[in-house]
Amino acid sequence: MKKGLKSISIKFVIICLVVMEVYPLFWMLTASLKQQSEWTSKPAYALNSGFYIQNYIQAWTRGNMNIFFKNSFICTVVSLFFIVLFTVTVSFAVTKMKWKLKEFVGKYFEFGIMIPVATALIPLFQIYSGMGLLNSRLCLIITYTAFGLSLSILLTTGYLRSFPDEIMEAAVIDGCGIYKLMWYVVVPLMKNAIVTVLVLQFFFKWNDLIFSMTFISDQRLKTVQTGLLYFQNEFGAKNWGAIFASVSMCVIPMLILYLILNKRIIEGMTAGAVKG
Amino acid sequence: MKKVLENKTAIAIFIVPALVVYSVIVILPVIWSLYYSFYSGSPGLKWEFCGFDNFRRLFGDSNFKASLAVNLKYISIVMLGQVGMGLLLALMFYFWLKRFKNVIRTLVFFPVVLPTVAVGQLFQKIYEIQPNYGLLNSLLNTLGLTALIQPWIGQASTALGSLCVMDIWVAMGFYAVIFYGALLDIPGDVIEAAKIDGAGGLQLFHYILGPLLRAMIITCLIFSFSGTVKMFESATALTNGGPGAATRSLSMYMYNVSFTYNKVGYGSVVALFIFMLCVLGSSIIRKFDVKE
Repeated sequence: MKKGLKSISIKFVIICLVVMEVYPLFWMLTASLKQQSEWTSKPAYALNSGFYIQNYIQAWTRGNMNIFFKNSFICTVVSLFFIVLFTVTVSFAVTKMKWKLKEFVGKYFEFGIMIPVATALIPLFQIYSGMGLLNSRLCLIITYTAFGLSLSILLTTGYLRSFPDEIMEAAVIDGCGIYKLMWYVVVPLMKNAIVTVLVLQFFFKWNDLIFSMTFISDQRLKTVQTGLLYFQNEFGAKNWGAIFASVSMCVIPMLILYLILNKRIIEGMTAGAVKG
Repeated sequence: MKKVLENKTAIAIFIVPALVVYSVIVILPVIWSLYYSFYSGSPGLKWEFCGFDNFRRLFGDSNFKASLAVNLKYISIVMLGQVGMGLLLALMFYFWLKRFKNVIRTLVFFPVVLPTVAVGQLFQKIYEIQPNYGLLNSLLNTLGLTALIQPWIGQASTALGSLCVMDIWVAMGFYAVIFYGALLDIPGDVIEAAKIDGAGGLQLFHYILGPLLRAMIITCLIFSFSGTVKMFESATALTNGGPGAATRSLSMYMYNVSFTYNKVGYGSVVALFIFMLCVLGSSIIRKFDVKE
């Protein structure tokens, strides 16, 4: 009897915690489909009475969400490309190739993990403003790439160190030069590590706020996060439907991506903490 | 083989572009901040060398002290909350959950991937009191706890707490998944043996799981620390530092000083302070990781 009570209460606690984690998101989705009048006539937790898609249409067009998505997408994808490119080449050069300063250069890249974004912000702003690069996608892409390197290189060097030299030797004996070796042997074998880097950095870059709000003030170049931050000012704090629709719009792609790739994403994100 | 791996041109091609980008964008600004910190005003506008004035000013600046206090409070609450709740969840999953482990793991991890700004906006509406009750207040209203209805993020006494709750909510699933993985790595018979010897829940944790999980706990604390010391995005999205300065962190203070008030030199001193705090804090936590 006592044991039954205990297991029921434990299950209850677990259920409560899971509900606490999930319910706010469910609420957000229902709220995004409510009409304005539902907020005053019913309590906030009530379910939506219909599917008021108008909120989404408003947010997408009048709220400029279509432009913000495009900008975020371009900046994220281009910087991910360079992060992966640099990460693979640098981590290969500092682990497998033979030269004098490789230990030092490896450490130098890893040191970046310690540097808080805030410390670099003021000089970066001055550099970009001096070069006329403020309000351009280029400055975001460069910054995202540079700040994505340290953790990514740390993750991939760990992986490459355990990588057997014999495979490379066989390829070299078969007549592979260094570039062919990279492209046909090393990169395919690093696929898992590359995917981890991609997943981790995708979320970091897509969710960035501090750089984009500092460097970008042009409405047409804002990313999703900055756009969302100032959304209320443009729409008025009372238009809850449109606000919830815009928030849901940012959350839903993440939800879909997460449901498709959830094992990969969990692995990638936790690797960043455990190994980094 | 050796010749291929000693190819100087290839090494240069592999290293130099990344090295240049990284040095200019990540490392140079830190040194640059140091140089800025000896100047007053902002470049091009009353830009004068002022020696250690900015540093002296820092210790007399009550706004800075207030931000530091907010930031430290935030670090301690959120760090303990994230790692503690994560550990608790993981232990519950491990010992008491028989079915649906994967489903529940997937569900609790989900908030981790959400954009901070979206979460901030969502929680603004959860804590809302005007023009109509948000989720929390309307639930309290229904439960008859009307005395508890309050502007959660609109008053100084509860704003920081509300922010901490949000950030713990976001990340506890993340730490739960990490600790759960670490628990699965512990050989099951060790735990079985302890149970047969009559170890209860607390004893089991104190003598067996605690020591075995210690390294992982330290790792998570460091990770959580380096996230919370930078406190910027979630606070900007939820409260924007307000009301007053109740949730204004060091990073936000630095941001205000340098970009709103244009005191770039003084802002750089605050930026350097954040850097020092980051390095110092993580090395202190690392000290607890004694190798036995």
